[in-house]
Amino acid sequence: MSKVWAWGALIFGVVYFMLPLIGMTEFSLSMRRGVYSFDAYAAVLADPQFQATFAYSVVMALATIIFGILLVVPTAYWVRLKMPEARPYVEFITLLPLVIPAIVVVFGYIRLYNTSSWLPLTGSVMGTNILLMFGYAMLSLPYMYRSIDTGLRTIDIATLTEAAMSLGAGWVTILARVILPNVLASVLSGAFLTFAIVIGEFTIAALLDRPAFGPYMQILGANRAYEPAALAVIAFGITWACMGLIGLVSRFSRYTQVKR
Amino acid sequence: MAFLEIENLQKTFGDLRVVRDFNLNVEQGEFISFLGPSGCGKTTTLRMVAGFETPTAGSIRIGGKDVVNVKPNQRNIGMVFQSYALFPNLTVAQNVTFGLKVAGRDKATIDTRLKEMLTMIGLPDLGERYPFQLSGGQQQRVALARALAPAPQVLLLDEPLSALDAQIRVSLRSEIRAIQQKLGITTVYVTHDQEEALSMSDRIVVMHRGIADQIGTPVEIYNHPATRFVANFVGTLNQIEATVADPERGVVEVAGQSLALERKLSHPKGASVALAFRPQALHMGKGEGEIPVRGRISEVQFLGAVIRLKVDVGEASISLDAFNRAGAELPVTGSELTLSIAPSDILVLGD
Repeated sequence: MSKVWAWGALIFGVVYFMLPLIGMTEFSLSMRRGVYSFDAYAAVLADPQFQATFAYSVVMALATIIFGILLVVPTAYWVRLKMPEARPYVEFITLLPLVIPAIVVVFGYIRLYNTSSWLPLTGSVMGTNILLMFGYAMLSLPYMYRSIDTGLRTIDIATLTEAAMSLGAGWVTILARVILPNVLASVLSGAFLTFAIVIGEFTIAALLDRPAFGPYMQILGANRAYEPAALAVIAFGITWACMGLIGLVSRFSRYTQVKR
Repeated sequence: MAFLEIENLQKTFGDLRVVRDFNLNVEQGEFISFLGPSGCGKTTTLRMVAGFETPTAGSIRIGGKDVVNVKPNQRNIGMVFQSYALFPNLTVAQNVTFGLKVAGRDKATIDTRLKEMLTMIGLPDLGERYPFQLSGGQQQRVALARALAPAPQVLLLDEPLSALDAQIRVSLRSEIRAIQQKLGITTVYVTHDQEEALSMSDRIVVMHRGIADQIGTPVEIYNHPATRFVANFVGTLNQIEATVADPERGVVEVAGQSLALERKLSHPKGASVALAFRPQALHMGKGEGEIPVRGRISEVQFLGAVIRLKVDVGEASISLDAFNRAGAELPVTGSELTLSIAPSDILVLGD
């Protein structure tokens, strides 16, 4: 009897998740009347707006990832090495972006960094890009910190640091040549999550009026019929590719780990 | 002037005094072991020499230069850890040359040195392997080569063999000693294993509760322990309580038996002292010019080459080792017997 319920729950779950996806994919393929075709996809991919906004978001994602690594790896390392008692507080801070809505953050940004403030970041395009990158870095902080911190847990950072120090290495050498390469797998999985977040982010980009992929999806969705569905499938594919890469990287990393 | 001088070294963590008033002079090329139970401050002392801990008070001089305020990466010290601590992302060759690369040596020097080091540790063909592809013993050898490659002034080893199998431990300890003697490098070795300390060291520092109880050669430490702790910690030791009966003639009383030690005692009549002696100093039966002691066998352990007996003498229990000879019968538990010991083998410990 219980088996029937379990199967029932599973089937319900699958239907609940898969049906809209199937419907959306089916709709995205039916731009041409009567036959399935990739016309909608061709239209989306050929749209210069799509190419521009997607390229912009990819560049922003890469910048965010680099900034995130430079911020989080030394911080998580230092907290683990020298201030283990501060870990709960740092963890709490890194979780805050999950409970503070992006809209609140972006209003705060605009208020703090507007053209009449002491740091008028919104006054120039470059400044706004930088502000947007900071916003993205903040949104991805919970994932980035968590994955890097987990990576640091798997290696004996205290002894490795001392070994490197006794060989004459300074802090920069230790971080770049010993710590970072050993947590690379977790850094990459954090990076892919960041990539997925940045590609789909709407609120901050829209309110800072930057031509990112998220606002483009919204505009397209408001004005076209078939293309938004195709775009959604594409975005979905990108996210899944990121997930697949995380899995691939974590499997690859198992071969480089020390047996204990 | 000694090469490594440690003077009045102290370290406290909060209220806990881990190292108190530690003094030691190590000559150039000497192999010194810090021996003691866990928590005796031996590792903390070593880490202060390495620069990973800052002393609360005292000075550490290497080659006449005070290094207390020198950062660990400027001290030119090689360190080997219990957990090997090889960099998992680097190959054996990259691990060994890490220090040389940090120091900015040219490629030719690095290559020559790498070959030299790998040959020295007997792994000339494993340069391209990663640490996880090596056994524990091989990893620790690579760690030793890595520490020695930049030609440090002092080599520090923190229980380097504790994580290894018994067999590899024995072979590696003579290897480490051979390499140390060949290079003539000043070495400090931390261990809780007395066999390791006794077999490898020029001198041993027995540490107890943050101070050096005794500093001496392995023979001195084993045969003439200065304190009750050293006597107990290094080797198996029998101790029985005795009362001084006649300090002039050196007669003491143990469980109703008078034993003549044939030497003057500094303790007054009636004072209680501890008599200490090694299990192998006792033998069964009576011997010429030896002190006879009567007792009852409480336990017989057959250890193969050796038979270890536990014998009750009054309240005290002492153990002795007898060689196993084919044809000889095992002593029986509960039987009475007479043991003998040479007077010079008995140590009288005051406190």
